[in-house]
Amino acid sequence: MSDTGSNEKIPFMQQLLDSPFLLLAIGILSPMVLYILWGVMEVIATPIAQ
Amino acid sequence: MAEFRTCPDTGFKIDLNADKLIKWNAVTAVVFLLVGGLFGLLVALTRWPAVHLLDADLFYLALTAHGLDVLLVWMIFFEIALLYFTSAILLNSRLALPKVGWLAYWMMLVGAAITNVAVLRGDSSVMFTSYPPMMAAQDFYMGILIFAVGALLGCLVFFATLYVAKKEKTYEGSVPLVTFGAITAAIIAVFTILSGAIILLPTWFWSLGLLSHIDTLMYRVIWWGMGHSSQQINVAAQISCWYAVAAILFNAKPLSEKVSRTAFLLYILFLQLASAHHLLVDPALSSEWKIFNTSYALYLAVLGSMIHGLTVPGAVEAAQRKKGYNKGLFEWLTKCPWSNPVFAGTALSVVLFGFLGGISGVMMGTEQLNLITHNTIYVPGHFHGTVVVGSTLAFMAISYWIVPTLWQKELVFPGLAKWQPYLFGIGMGLAATFMMGAGTLGVPRRHWDMTFADAAMGYDFPAAANLMMGLNGVAAVMGSLGALIFILNMVGTILWGKAKVPAPAAPAEEAPAAVASAATSHGSAGTMEVPGTFVLALIFLVSFVLYYFVNWKYLSSVWGLS
Amino acid sequence: MAIFPPEQRVWWNEPIEKSEVMWITIAFIWALVMFFMMPYWHIVGEQNLSNEAYKIKPDVYAEKVEAWAAKYKVREEGDTGIPVVHPPAGGDVYMLGRLWEWWPVVELEEGQSYRFHLSSLDWMHGWSLLPENINIQVHPGYEMIFTVKPTSSGEFGVICNEFCGIGHHTMVGKIHVVAK
Repeated sequence: MSDTGSNEKIPFMQQLLDSPFLLLAIGILSPMVLYILWGVMEVIATPIAQ
Repeated sequence: MAEFRTCPDTGFKIDLNADKLIKWNAVTAVVFLLVGGLFGLLVALTRWPAVHLLDADLFYLALTAHGLDVLLVWMIFFEIALLYFTSAILLNSRLALPKVGWLAYWMMLVGAAITNVAVLRGDSSVMFTSYPPMMAAQDFYMGILIFAVGALLGCLVFFATLYVAKKEKTYEGSVPLVTFGAITAAIIAVFTILSGAIILLPTWFWSLGLLSHIDTLMYRVIWWGMGHSSQQINVAAQISCWYAVAAILFNAKPLSEKVSRTAFLLYILFLQLASAHHLLVDPALSSEWKIFNTSYALYLAVLGSMIHGLTVPGAVEAAQRKKGYNKGLFEWLTKCPWSNPVFAGTALSVVLFGFLGGISGVMMGTEQLNLITHNTIYVPGHFHGTVVVGSTLAFMAISYWIVPTLWQKELVFPGLAKWQPYLFGIGMGLAATFMMGAGTLGVPRRHWDMTFADAAMGYDFPAAANLMMGLNGVAAVMGSLGALIFILNMVGTILWGKAKVPAPAAPAEEAPAAVASAATSHGSAGTMEVPGTFVLALIFLVSFVLYYFVNWKYLSSVWGLS
Repeated sequence: MAIFPPEQRVWWNEPIEKSEVMWITIAFIWALVMFFMMPYWHIVGEQNLSNEAYKIKPDVYAEKVEAWAAKYKVREEGDTGIPVVHPPAGGDVYMLGRLWEWWPVVELEEGQSYRFHLSSLDWMHGWSLLPENINIQVHPGYEMIFTVKPTSSGEFGVICNEFCGIGHHTMVGKIHVVAK
């Protein structure tokens, strides 16, 4: 640990990267919504053949 | 109260619970590598047209066991060991919930054993993917579920240890980069396991007769959330190993904490979307869904990988130049310890993962290009380029450091160890290349007889396809020999290795503060430029671009589809 | 060092070394190129898989295929006497996968476009047209419809490349393309 800047405010991005539980939440949410939920909705919405 | 010992090599404070759990998980992993690897050899020898070793039923049995034991069991056991190492040991902390750690271990072992028995019994040759409506025996699914819950508990122990270490202030500031990579792997693991549970639980009920129907498309969408993401755990874990080896061998510091961690963040956000790679020629999913997911949202996870591909060798170059290896572009590289298996394995892993696994994965993960690769043996070619010569080789490399260090024993066959990464890396690298070559000619994956001898109507593959499948067999024999030497070396070292003579302080023992004073206070690598690495990265990029567009050219020559 | 915590308490504000910035920029541009290749090919390319698909019961699909085959059957082929069906140019073409055959054999005309229907009656199959090397995943319960335009003539094999049980390797079908 260097002494310089020890009172410096920790930037937002660093705080985010230092929060494993927050990262865990977004790391699960992102693919759950973008991949699984969206994909499952498209499968369900498939029309029935005439 | 947790008890600790101090590692004589590194000065790390090691929680005895963590020590024991890491050892048991790692050894179990290696046992499954042996079992799964043997099945893989049988598969390769059967697909070698001139040998055609197994009968069809045994071939599909061996292929199912091969996929399960190496893609899942070997990898996850080793990764659980890495999670405990990167949390408890690198953070100088006690391992939280050691009893849960043991429960996790036994559940994984029992689950893996149950599924293996189901497969070996011969009534569950449904492949690793177990697509319905093909049904395996119920205990096949049950075993995987038990294994998955065990792995989830392992992740819980990891996250709890992070929490404990922070609360008990066993380290200052942010976690080490390697631990951050492990966090990335663990996050992906939790998503992987949840997806697996969402789909395998109903599938298990279906095999018990409690459910009448599993929609095949729904199954594929959700199952690949597990099947592909499980391999993304490997990628994150393997890159952590790369950074760790650079630090251990060279005292190398990341060029920039910010860049490397942001690259991992891109993995956390987007890497798992690539599960869509498997669904690009499936019905009922829109091109919008396919393009967005298969490209990890604008290829941001590929960007992450390309960053790691620069920063890992870049960190080594910076460290080597600091030592005075400054001549020309590549003196830093030629002066690397190429006969040290820890280094050689890692270096090969970086190069082969990038060129074989990385480029091919992006190519066939392109919506339209997937038409000319889907379900051909190009696909196994690609993932032997990632999970075998990327992850497995990286794990082997770091084992050459972890095993002698944790057990405090000398390697039993140091001479063989020098050659092992080359034998395994080049052997399996060639196997991956030949499979991709055969796949380009349309040779199917998971197929017992590409000569179609007992089919009513046949199809003749060009001679080159048969030749490449034969060469794949030869290369796989070479790779298997490499794997066997690794396993003998590890097991031999643990059982009969000579106790290590306490060595003079290893470089890694140097306190971070001392290293800090050597560099400028800003930028972990100082202001060191890395021209050699940059040139290598450009060579990679040019190969990538050329290969990518060659395949578009190939696609443009096939029948019109719209 | 990557196995120790960062030396700086605040590392986010560290400057980034020049070659890293350059590489990130180049890699990001390449990522964008690859991303936009896919929509671009949808606009100008000739090889795009359509998104048209319907849920259908396997027996309903089988009836459709059989009715169509009976209408346009021109001859039989091989020991099995599998029908060869030659539909009018520009019309519908049906093929079904089942354990362990692709049925029926289809005869097309070079340079003509057809509406191709594909589904499975039982397990999942992989429709692999060789030596073109066009590969499509075939599900039971889903009918996929896409336009096919053969640009070469001759005899083409259709093999199965999704594992479908012990007879998987015997599942071979055929498409004939007659030159204009």
